[in-house]
Amino acid sequence: MQILTTQQLQLKANDIRQDIIEMLLEAKSGHSAGPLGMADVFTALYFNILRHDPENPTWVDRDKLVLSCGHICPVLYATLSEAGYFPKEELKTLRKLGTRLHGHPHNLALPGIENSSGPLGQGLSQAVGMALASRMDRTTGRIYAICSDGEQDEGQVWEALMFAGKNRLHNLTVILDRNNIQIDGYTEDVMPLEPLKDKYEAFNFHVIEVDGHNYQQIIDACNEAKAIYEKPTMIIAHTIPGKGVGFMEYDYKWHGTPPNKEQGVKALNDLRTLRGRIQGEHQ
Amino acid sequence: MSEINLELAKISEKIGSEDIEQKATRDGYGDALVELGEKNLNVVVLTGDLSESTRAQAFQKKFPERFFDVGVAEQNMMGIAAGLALAGKIPFVSSYATFSPGRNWDQLRVSVAYSQANVKIAGAHTGVSVGPDGATHQALEDIALTRVLPGLVVIVPCDYIQTKQATLAAAAYKGPAYFRFTREKSPIITTPETGFEIGKAQVMRDGKDVVVIGCGPVLYNAFLAAKDLEKQGISVMIVNNHTIKPVDSETIIAAAKKCGAVVTLEEHQISAGAGSAVCEVLAKNYPVPVEMVGMPDSFGESGQPEELIQKFGMDSESIKKAIQKVIQRKGKNGKS
Repeated sequence: MQILTTQQLQLKANDIRQDIIEMLLEAKSGHSAGPLGMADVFTALYFNILRHDPENPTWVDRDKLVLSCGHICPVLYATLSEAGYFPKEELKTLRKLGTRLHGHPHNLALPGIENSSGPLGQGLSQAVGMALASRMDRTTGRIYAICSDGEQDEGQVWEALMFAGKNRLHNLTVILDRNNIQIDGYTEDVMPLEPLKDKYEAFNFHVIEVDGHNYQQIIDACNEAKAIYEKPTMIIAHTIPGKGVGFMEYDYKWHGTPPNKEQGVKALNDLRTLRGRIQGEHQ
Repeated sequence: MSEINLELAKISEKIGSEDIEQKATRDGYGDALVELGEKNLNVVVLTGDLSESTRAQAFQKKFPERFFDVGVAEQNMMGIAAGLALAGKIPFVSSYATFSPGRNWDQLRVSVAYSQANVKIAGAHTGVSVGPDGATHQALEDIALTRVLPGLVVIVPCDYIQTKQATLAAAAYKGPAYFRFTREKSPIITTPETGFEIGKAQVMRDGKDVVVIGCGPVLYNAFLAAKDLEKQGISVMIVNNHTIKPVDSETIIAAAKKCGAVVTLEEHQISAGAGSAVCEVLAKNYPVPVEMVGMPDSFGESGQPEELIQKFGMDSESIKKAIQKVIQRKGKNGKS
């Protein structure tokens, strides 16, 4: 795999963000804030961290990405497409009849999708099962699970964390999208989660906090997780919901809403300006 | 409909006699797991703190590296099983049916059925015959909960031998499957030669006036009822409809055509259960009078198994009454 520079990763994420806005505009429904906020983490994963092969998506020793918070799937679809799993034109079929890009991901629909998700809290358990199987079969692939912070309200998440901690599943890395919002408001208003780091440590996880838009930090944390041999790792990625689109950033109202046509134009304009800045900064 | 569908299955010669061998269906599950563990390295077993009473313990002792006790956490258990299955394992999820698929139905729906993960779900302690533990632990809704899910096979074996065969068959089948068993010892109706095929109901007794289409150990009570009614000149056919999904429409229709009246029998809520599956087939293909024996829209309670079976009307006397009633209804709606 070709190693991309930070600037190249930032530009890739910018493409993915533009894809997300275009997909949502076309679909007229779906989630905006989460996918935009996680675009850098997904870019880092698929273009630097994961050992995967779009030509051979069922490769036994591949690293697996389990998306537990299925509602942010526009970022997964856009990233998979950018990585070469399926043609980019297909992104426009999101949520439409006959599509392989369902409103929430289905494992049997599209190559590269490891699990079905949507109802929150289910993905982490599946990731734990895959990590167990990988340990039993002595395969070398690692399991990466992506969870949202609102999802931490689900009891099943803590059941899975307890099990992973007890069984020292060091081949499991969980990345938490800590964007502080959920549908009904700010996480700390709806159901306070903090102190999250302490909680995961108490569940026998190695915990690393990163800026979810800083590639060096994301990549370093994933490498650190590989080196921890006695515990699973939890990477708390602090992200900005709606990142890259000024009027969406930090606002929980964009959790489950797509932009309308006018807002879409504005969003794409923001992202293109950002693209210019990324190119400028590195010249 | 060809007659071949109504070929008689070989069953025990001791049916109705005092010395019929009795063994719990859950023991059939436990014995099959050990056999599977020896044959197939991909078979793994999970339990939620219930290894002894689900009979998963023998597997645990023999293959500790392939056994996972997840603690009292059924939602996580179903999810881990899905992940194991998606990575090529054949997980058996062992718990009480009230908890699994009771508590973890969403996980069964999305992580397992929708994903077509090759998970086998074993629901123990079904029916009122769980006894003294009372209503909370008597699963009477699990057939309804499972048969509504697309792509999920649902099996209700009638005795120890059949549970063992069903467990082996479920392991060989590629795709998610649910099967249920009961707590108490129950008469062994089948023989090792009876055979078991997913989706193929078994005619266990020939008759011409009425057919009892049932499943689970409670089916034995139909044999007792049939024997009694023989003296009154009533000829009762018995069909063991062990696979609720995919349902064996052919055998059900052929039996209804031959007898003209049907009694369904199950240790489960009458609503949406095994009998309802039979009625769906009949209503669409060959409507005949039907009486349904099962739990009459009620929760159970504490008591001895046989007392509860009697109280809630799943004993041989209740089956006899249902048979007599359905025969009286024959011919009244234009069918003979």
